[in-house]
Amino acid sequence: MGWARKILRVDLSKGTCKSEPLNMEWAQQYLGQRGLATKYFVEEVDPKVDPLSPANKLIMATGPLTGTMASTGGRYSVITKGALTGAIACSNSGGYIGAELKMAGWDMIIFEGKSPKPVYLSIQDDVAELRDAAHLWGKTTWDTEEIIKSSHHDPQVRVCSIGRAGENGVLYACIVNDLHRAAGRSGVGTVMGSKNLKAVAVRGTVGVSGIRDFKAFMTATTAAKKVLADNAVTGQGLPTYGTQVLMNVINEMGALPTRNAKEVQFEGARKISAEAMHEKRLSDGKANLVTNAACFGCTIACGRISQVDKNHWSVVNSPKYWGATGGLEYEAAWSLGAADGVDDLDALTVANMICNEDGFDPITFGATVGAVMELYTMGVLTKEQIGIEAPFGSAQALLEIAHMTAEGRGFGKEMGLGSARLTAKYGHPELSMSVKGQEFPAYDPRGIQGMGLTYATSNRGACHLRSYTVASEVLGIPVKTDPLVTEGKPALVMAFQDATAAFDSSGTCIFTTFAWSLVDLAPQIDAACEGGEAGWSVERLAELGARIWNMERLFNNAAGFTAKDDDLPTRLKTEPAQTGPAKGLVSGIDKMVPEYYKLRGWDTAGVPDKETLARLGL
Amino acid sequence: MAEIKITFKLFAALQDYLPHEAKRTNALVLEIDGATTIAQIIERFALPRKLVHLVLIDGSFIPPGERAARTLREGETLAIWPPVAGG
Repeated sequence: MGWARKILRVDLSKGTCKSEPLNMEWAQQYLGQRGLATKYFVEEVDPKVDPLSPANKLIMATGPLTGTMASTGGRYSVITKGALTGAIACSNSGGYIGAELKMAGWDMIIFEGKSPKPVYLSIQDDVAELRDAAHLWGKTTWDTEEIIKSSHHDPQVRVCSIGRAGENGVLYACIVNDLHRAAGRSGVGTVMGSKNLKAVAVRGTVGVSGIRDFKAFMTATTAAKKVLADNAVTGQGLPTYGTQVLMNVINEMGALPTRNAKEVQFEGARKISAEAMHEKRLSDGKANLVTNAACFGCTIACGRISQVDKNHWSVVNSPKYWGATGGLEYEAAWSLGAADGVDDLDALTVANMICNEDGFDPITFGATVGAVMELYTMGVLTKEQIGIEAPFGSAQALLEIAHMTAEGRGFGKEMGLGSARLTAKYGHPELSMSVKGQEFPAYDPRGIQGMGLTYATSNRGACHLRSYTVASEVLGIPVKTDPLVTEGKPALVMAFQDATAAFDSSGTCIFTTFAWSLVDLAPQIDAACEGGEAGWSVERLAELGARIWNMERLFNNAAGFTAKDDDLPTRLKTEPAQTGPAKGLVSGIDKMVPEYYKLRGWDTAGVPDKETLARLGL
Repeated sequence: MAEIKITFKLFAALQDYLPHEAKRTNALVLEIDGATTIAQIIERFALPRKLVHLVLIDGSFIPPGERAARTLREGETLAIWPPVAGG
């Protein structure tokens, strides 16, 4: 069956933990993780709810393949109304805690209300209880995990927690698990902090049982693993170079948003790339990259474990940053680097460590620093206001601002607003590179047109992971399309959005899709899960993806979002790229959105029509 | 044909095919005959065919079918990657 068929409902206001059966009718329509948890969420929460009020809920959900032998089957997602965006939020994380939760016998946890005092949730198989977290409040995610493991006398306890950012109301706080994996975007950690929920500690020894057809499941998962191993990207490229290999690719293509997207190519890109992480530093003869790493059940292992030079100016007096820990992924290297004009690889690595340590999204943080640096350059913000000179390119400013944000002191409190609110406060909202309040990541829509539509229509605010058309427009997966044209992109974006929603509901990682399609996923789900007479086919999963997408859209529409919010920052529409293949181009977003609405079966206001809702069973 | 200068870049696993002094920049200035094609440069550096995936000239993608005929022009940058991806 794939599912544990059991959910844990935690009422933080009352301090109760109750088990209830999973709604299996909904599971047939929404599968698990992103889809199924969002179904629960939209059924139980008023779309107009204040994200930081007790009436908002927060769901941690696994998929039917989480904790199984399926490759990458360690994913879990956090679903809530985002603190940063006010839109539906779904942040996905790897590591080990998702599988641990499933092996404890739970499909998902629904948190509701607000605890009167700091607490953490302890789960030991079917025993769940809220425990006092007064001693954890004010601690970093790193310290929190260590203290919990020590107090439980069990190093195998898996922990996810918020750091000081989530306690201090940084609107883009993460929930960090296993020290350096995170449900990172949209401020899901801020919502957790607003509920006085510091952490979740899980130990699962029940295991995952009840696979519908175990022999078929072994056959399907083995075949799918072979596809990953034989593929040059998932078998060799990602484990060796990680996502950071894109830094030079995207820069050469003239699609690397630089200095708050004023430019599209960064002269320092090579210095902060995967290639640079591999080579020995001149200072100490050691490489930034120590090794790669894998999440639970993953046969790709794209994760980066890095170590900086102990004599680097940023850490020379901070031994806690001397050890090997989670290193730079592409999006973080871009946001902390190119977006701010900073090319000091060790400084970026430390900034990323601080984001992990205190739990805030490096994409939004780095992009907000970029906006601050532009405001500083314009003279709108001063050294006195920020606390440090902050021109583009200043690694010192980047790190000082990171520390201030983590600790909630000085200008760090303003940084916690994110770029949309901060730039508006200082009279320049046009300098926020965001959609629906969330900053876009490392692909410039002037040079990769499909990503502009991806950002504009993403249900959780600007995001690359809702439809990663870079795969097609840059890398030729599954087929190569021209990144500079808008023709065909609405259909491409829609197909990616629907397939991604299905993968995000399964318990597997979206990075499998560099080798897998729904053709590879469907047999694994079908073997694991009861699917009625129809079974779990490719067509059913594609329709499920469309159902999830429209369900999220309906929530956002009811929350107050309109077609006007499906748009890009003015800069991308009026300031052409100055260099590279996209020189002279702006984003063609205005041409793409109307066609996208038509393909979706939405009216001109972006509202799904009756036929669409009926077709999808919504 | 007259000699021209181009910049040749190899990334990721392909950087092993660059001379040692070029590895910290991934780039090498080449002086080549103006009639030299992309395929001939790939052959000259003995790049394994299966590792030649993404081929860009000045950032623009050159499809596999055009690489045997496409010659380089003065000042252009030819950059090549094996199959890679990120996100």
